[in-house]
Amino acid sequence: MSSKKKASVRPRIGVFKFASCDGCQLSLLDAEDELLGVVGAVEIAYFPEASRNMLKGPYDIGLVEGSITTHHDAERIQEVRRKCKKLITIGACATAGGIQALRNWKDVDEFVRVVYATPQFISTLKLSTPIAEHVPVDFELRGCPINKYQLIELITATLAGRKPNIPSYSVCMECKRKANVCIAVARQIACLGPVTQAGCGALCPSYDRGCYGCFGPMETPNTAALTSQFRIMGQSDHQIARAFRSFNAWAWQFRKASEECERP
Amino acid sequence: MNGRGGRTIKVDTLARVEGEGALYIKMAGDRVADVKLKIYEPPRMFEAFLRGRHFSEAPDITARICGICPIAYQMSAVHAIERALDVKIDPAVRLLRRLFYCGEWIESHALHIYMLHAPDFLGFADVIEMAKDHGALVEKALRLKKIGNRLVQLLGGREIHPISAAVGGFYKTPSKAQLDELVSDLQWALEASLETVRWTSTLQFPNFEQDYEFVALRHPDEYPFNEGRLVSNHGLDIDASEYEDRFLELHVKHSNALHSILRGKGSYLVGPLARFNLNFDRLPEVARKAATDAGLKPPVKNLFKSIVVRAVELVFACNEALRIIAAYEPPGAPRVPVPNRAATGQAITEAPRGILYHRYSLDENGLIRTAKIVPPTSQNQKRIEDDLREYAAQLAAWPLEEATWKCEQAVRCYDPCISCATHFLKVVIERD
Repeated sequence: MSSKKKASVRPRIGVFKFASCDGCQLSLLDAEDELLGVVGAVEIAYFPEASRNMLKGPYDIGLVEGSITTHHDAERIQEVRRKCKKLITIGACATAGGIQALRNWKDVDEFVRVVYATPQFISTLKLSTPIAEHVPVDFELRGCPINKYQLIELITATLAGRKPNIPSYSVCMECKRKANVCIAVARQIACLGPVTQAGCGALCPSYDRGCYGCFGPMETPNTAALTSQFRIMGQSDHQIARAFRSFNAWAWQFRKASEECERP
Repeated sequence: MNGRGGRTIKVDTLARVEGEGALYIKMAGDRVADVKLKIYEPPRMFEAFLRGRHFSEAPDITARICGICPIAYQMSAVHAIERALDVKIDPAVRLLRRLFYCGEWIESHALHIYMLHAPDFLGFADVIEMAKDHGALVEKALRLKKIGNRLVQLLGGREIHPISAAVGGFYKTPSKAQLDELVSDLQWALEASLETVRWTSTLQFPNFEQDYEFVALRHPDEYPFNEGRLVSNHGLDIDASEYEDRFLELHVKHSNALHSILRGKGSYLVGPLARFNLNFDRLPEVARKAATDAGLKPPVKNLFKSIVVRAVELVFACNEALRIIAAYEPPGAPRVPVPNRAATGQAITEAPRGILYHRYSLDENGLIRTAKIVPPTSQNQKRIEDDLREYAAQLAAWPLEEATWKCEQAVRCYDPCISCATHFLKVVIERD
């Protein structure tokens, strides 16, 4: 017990999960080379995926994964916010509502009927919403999943009280830096890279496919120009709407772009 | 409190499982009155929003069901759609997909054995605490896990939600030289896995054997990943297309959860124990010998020995990866073209936690009309409750705190992935 007390002078981190796949918090365990260093520098006070020790708050940093989809979670996030000095959302679910935000354009009751035999027992909200729609958020880390090196940088910067070095420019910048030949220009492959925030290392174009926007909109995305370009490349409005409507569908810039494709 | 009178074993937040669940066991004296494995993870309803998406999006979308085993979702999706559309993939692509799965098994099994499960056996709350006394062990675990992740990263671009798997093949396939770079690491990993088998076999296991119906894929000559018939030790032998005729998702009133059962029978067990018991003869010599030396002989009926079996599967996965890399010749093209057509197809693949069933019906434009997904954890869920019914009775005289920890450990033997199971489970939090 005494060792635990001594340990608590280290900054305390809590990891909280809402509707999500667990992948973003797994990124912490996937940082194999950094993990032991990180847990030496901080106290992991609450992280049920990794530990039976679930220590009470307050926490210096709360990492929040997942979106809000139930009444209970809408209440729980208020409680989590109260316990965390800094609250950081990790991943597309927490920052944009995630893939489950596709319900936001549909009749959620019908969705429930599709999946569940006894729909009357399901209690779910009509919308899947990002954390920032419910409580103030100190930083939103993008990605589906997040980049583990950005997560380590963010934790380090937050503890040091400095601004994290996490760029908000587009995937195109990363592609250029990797000296990739532009797949959209050279091969007419539909690519969301120009409107998507960097952070993945331009993965999809490096694997001969178009970016599908899993880091969400970049700082100033020109989605209208990209939509026109997609049409010139022969994409139907339905295809373009689908492209904007995936893991960050509810991020307002992508949402606007997809809804514009659906207007008659 | 002792075993006299009624008591309740309660774990409000199950730790070191993927996703959010709780466990309630109600005892009446020495008798177990009720067992509920509760899943309070919110539903995300993938099967509903897959409707209207193009089949080419299914591997990327379904991967997001689970950040721990995205490759399993990608593999079940591409195989189900390829079966629907009668697509013949390049034999080299077939091997690369096995290699891809090896990577996921290595990282997932290493994560579970050392970081989620071992702390139970050694008496720690978590791997971080364990690292203080067992630094070398944890470092070995992290290196093993990293090698699995490197393999996934090379084939798929990144560890979580990889981006290269496609219907018809991959978006891009690696060169021989890129794969060769992994050989020395994998040789180390094979040795480390053999040590893992030896080490796990020295742990103390409760004496808890059950008469399980084991269900797993069985292939004519390989340990199964993506192909084979679905078989059991009680005579089941079917194609994936017959799955829904034989298995049923049952609505259990007490927990409002969909439990998967074998029609007319009941619970069954999927995962490492089932695969090992049904496919021991398909393991390579090195894995069979490691198992035999560790005292494992099929059928292994002690749930707690899953950790040793998982280690044997680590040996298999490392050995298989080395075999595939040694024989690798890149395919002519990364993928074959797949035309749009109305059709229905099913596939089952072996996720680290057990069989994962997908079915898709497509329209003439290749858009998904209906989808059905049955993940391993919802298949094991009823079996977990059945086990706890037996196990909690054995622990009736134990102090409550220890009995609770023991039951929690029994659940963890399944390596349950609640994030996966949730999309198909009714979720209710019961408050007194």
